Amino acid sequence: MRVMVMVKANKDTEAGVMPSETLLTEMMKFNEELVKAGIMLAGEGLQPSSRGKRVRFSGTKRTVVDGPFAEAKELVAGYWIWQVRSIEEAAEWARRIPNPTGEEGEVEIRPIFEAEDFGKELTPELREQEERLRAETERLAKTGKR
Amino acid sequence: MEDVRRAIEAVYRIEAPRLIAGLTRLCRDVGQAEDLAQDALAAALQQWPVSGIPDNPGAWLTTAGRNRALDLLRRRKVAERTHAEIGRARREEESVVPDPTTAMDDDVGDDLLRLIFIACHPVLSTEARVALTLRLLGGLSTDEIARAFLSAEPTIAQRIVRAKRTLAEARVPFELPRGQERAARLGSVLEVLYLVFNEGYAATSGEHWTRPALCEEAQRLGRVLAELAPGESEVHGLVALMEIQASRLPARSGPGGEPILLLDQDRGRWDHLLVQRGLAALARAEALGGSLGPYALQAAIAACHGRARTAEETDWPRIAALYDALAQISPSPVVELNRAVALGMAFGPAAGLALVDTLRSEPALRAYHLLPSVRGELLRKLGRVAEARVEFARAASLTRNAREQRLLLARAAACGEEG
Repeated sequence: MRVMVMVKANKDTEAGVMPSETLLTEMMKFNEELVKAGIMLAGEGLQPSSRGKRVRFSGTKRTVVDGPFAEAKELVAGYWIWQVRSIEEAAEWARRIPNPTGEEGEVEIRPIFEAEDFGKELTPELREQEERLRAETERLAKTGKR
Repeated sequence: MEDVRRAIEAVYRIEAPRLIAGLTRLCRDVGQAEDLAQDALAAALQQWPVSGIPDNPGAWLTTAGRNRALDLLRRRKVAERTHAEIGRARREEESVVPDPTTAMDDDVGDDLLRLIFIACHPVLSTEARVALTLRLLGGLSTDEIARAFLSAEPTIAQRIVRAKRTLAEARVPFELPRGQERAARLGSVLEVLYLVFNEGYAATSGEHWTRPALCEEAQRLGRVLAELAPGESEVHGLVALMEIQASRLPARSGPGGEPILLLDQDRGRWDHLLVQRGLAALARAEALGGSLGPYALQAAIAACHGRARTAEETDWPRIAALYDALAQISPSPVVELNRAVALGMAFGPAAGLALVDTLRSEPALRAYHLLPSVRGELLRKLGRVAEARVEFARAASLTRNAREQRLLLARAAACGEEG
């Protein structure tokens, strides 16, 4: 199974403060362990929300909102994609994320949907519909009308 | 309580390979090392629910396992040998006690590599190698291995017990093979990993088309091996091959679970993260220089498909050339059959059929359903639908996979309509 591990933002990440050399070194070492364990598929750090945008949906209306966004601890500052054998294994790896500053923080682990997770919800009819939509999208993309 | 238990099992699965490797170094017996590791796990299952999971659970397990190993060595009463071993064990204690900062240092890595080599030792049957590798390196329980291979649990348990006994009786050393032997032993390791992957990728019989957990385990072990032996081009080749093949898993079956062939797959459903990882692993293999080995060549072929955004963009002449290179270093009728497909796509069905026809007398392919399947497809393209229909029907009668059989029968029937 795959999980996304989301590292929550804090004051520093939102202020664009670069991590200390100690933190960088320890993070690099931790990432190396993830690679050596064969579970690391991807991982990136995100720039502060002040450089981001949000697009709000309301009925047919779309509004683009510029960052920064409030509630730093609700924001994501980085993520990993891990391939693990259970969510418990992911939690165990997450416990090992270095935190040399001793600061409070949080990561959130969320399993990524796989086709079989949809089970009965994704009936053949639904799948077919999804495929039709996909085919339609591709047709539009090819003719450049998207 | 159930949650704690699952958390402890997850810790064990992460730590087991390193733990068993360290203990094997100490007591020089893989079977005993695993028993000791299991004892350490049992102790953790007793204590951690009360005390909580320690901050460094790996170190805790290692200490528990090591103490038991030392007890065991002390209790071995054969005087001189015992003393020598305790002495050695004491000297080696420092390297076995994991300092969290050096827990992943080279020594531990080498022990892990030694453990992989021992689990895939040629003295064992292929089946035994597979079971032992999943058990020791994958941390899978006997029951999990049995379910993955659709076998009875006692069968697998016995296979593992026998494998450990064989290793002990043959006094297989816990070592890193060197020189020519290393290449042969590495070949055995790669074979085991690819076998596990393929077992998951395409079940040979029954309704289960894929068992993704086995693919994931093989991919994970391949990535582990790539970091332990970064200078081995074929390891990266195999990793690349598995990543690219696995990238197609989401696109390989249709709404009813029926198989969808590579060229008919919706490439939007491919896992592009895995495609990219596969291409990167292939680049690592190529960067090591020298001529590509069989796994890297197969990965290079898979990469041709991975890079093509549509089936029409596939670089068939390059694929045909790569199959040609593959046929030179590991000639086999199956490679020839694949080369025929590539030739047919690159230079027209007649070119492919000419090669396929030379393979029809090949004894190794007599019961191989893909021979008539490929031949049927080439004949159909040449407009010889009546002959094609016969070939598809023959292919259907040869496959043991129920879904594949339905697909082939449908193609045979389609030829009937056209003819």
